[in-house]
Amino acid sequence: MIVTIEKDFAEVLKVTKEEDNLFIFGCAGCATLCQTGGEKQVKELGVKLESEGKEIIGYSVLDVPCDERIVRKEFRNNSSIRNADSIIIMACGAGIQSVQKFSPIPIHPVLDSLFLGTIERIGKFYNYCSICGNCVLEDTQNLCPITRCAKGLLNGPCGGMNEGKCEVNSELDCVWVLIYEAMEKKGNVNNLKLFREPRNWVQSFVFKSE
Amino acid sequence: MKFCDILKRKEFVVTCEFCPPKGTDLTEMLQKTELVRPYVDAINVTDNQRARLYPSSLAVSRILKERGFEVICHLTCRDRNRLSLQSDLLGVHILGIENILFLSGDHPLLGDHPESKPVYDLDVSQLLRTASHLKEGKTLSGKKLQNKISLCTGAVVNPEAEPQELQILMMEKKIVLGAEFFQTQPVFDVDKYRKFYDRVKGFGARVLPSVLVIKSAKFAKNMSKVPGIKIPEKYIKRLERAQNPLKEGLKIADEIILALKEFSGGIHIMAPGIEENIPQLKI
Repeated sequence: MIVTIEKDFAEVLKVTKEEDNLFIFGCAGCATLCQTGGEKQVKELGVKLESEGKEIIGYSVLDVPCDERIVRKEFRNNSSIRNADSIIIMACGAGIQSVQKFSPIPIHPVLDSLFLGTIERIGKFYNYCSICGNCVLEDTQNLCPITRCAKGLLNGPCGGMNEGKCEVNSELDCVWVLIYEAMEKKGNVNNLKLFREPRNWVQSFVFKSE
Repeated sequence: MKFCDILKRKEFVVTCEFCPPKGTDLTEMLQKTELVRPYVDAINVTDNQRARLYPSSLAVSRILKERGFEVICHLTCRDRNRLSLQSDLLGVHILGIENILFLSGDHPLLGDHPESKPVYDLDVSQLLRTASHLKEGKTLSGKKLQNKISLCTGAVVNPEAEPQELQILMMEKKIVLGAEFFQTQPVFDVDKYRKFYDRVKGFGARVLPSVLVIKSAKFAKNMSKVPGIKIPEKYIKRLERAQNPLKEGLKIADEIILALKEFSGGIHIMAPGIEENIPQLKI
């Protein structure tokens, strides 16, 4: 899922300074799982904004805002949105841009999208995938060096690796050590000597898929 | 002269390194290089060392080359994409610099521009392969160059990092991809280095272990925070107790040098900021 965090409330007040009547969109998908844009967080933000003198015209937790069909339908069916000066959107960057396509009024993103990862429990997320379009997991024991190596190195660890940890953060596992240990268990550490070609970035510039 | 030729000709080779100044006035650095001239076979010029901003290693390498030094120019993957790396390698050739050391480069988060975008478009293995292409007169994308370039290419290995087996595998891989020599992270545990050395000495690429001169306990503690550097507590204690910490630091370096000299085919001296003391060492 897309892991998001909330921006500072001061930031939310700043971007809505000129607007009194607000509508809030949440996300029933990832942002609900992250507890950053589910029904509870949408209502909580509404209460906080009301205490700052704003009027909340309404809210809707979209299922899910990154599906443009759902967003289009919401704007068609929910006439109260038109009474708002702007929309606060509690979703990832994809959700925000999907809403942007159909909204006749200004929209304000209030979450920062961090990464595509897994959730162990609330507040404990792991950055595991860079959605790079060149999956190497088959060759790397299903541990992604593009994402989990701070330098995205494809041919093994750098000299900063030590005691299995990363030079950037000593609490962070060096993914190449994890890969090495997994290969060791299978008796094929020599696979580390195989050369991996530089990453092809062309896939990152695919803007649309028909 | 190519560093590989120096390695072939000499049984014991000494290199040291200089980090360019924080600015553009090379006067002090050049004075220090003159002091070490009789003692070293080549000088390494670092490239935005520890992810901190300094003048270009290419420019400073050229200045030293003009003064008759053999230079080993550092080139990191941190700050350049594949276009820029290749462009700099061609530039290195134009500047008459014959030796280059490839490093991934400390992560920007550890340096003085932590907000910067880390590049790492190529890793050192891929950069070694790319340099091999340039040596054959073609680019990474297969386009033909006017001419072939000639370079002696080195890489880094960290003998003290665990798991050591993984470091050895990386070293073998880099040799296959074109690494002709290696310099290491600072060695403080000579017994451990010797075990490592015994494993890799048959690989066909010379390894120069690094000796870091630790000038004070404070310096040693700071250096211990640098990725890949492990300074044993016993040395830090000695510096703390010493009346003259620099003298004690040089003594420690000498002990390590003497132990390494028993089997190593050379050493690389790191004496950051105190290079003028290198002539005092038992090299």
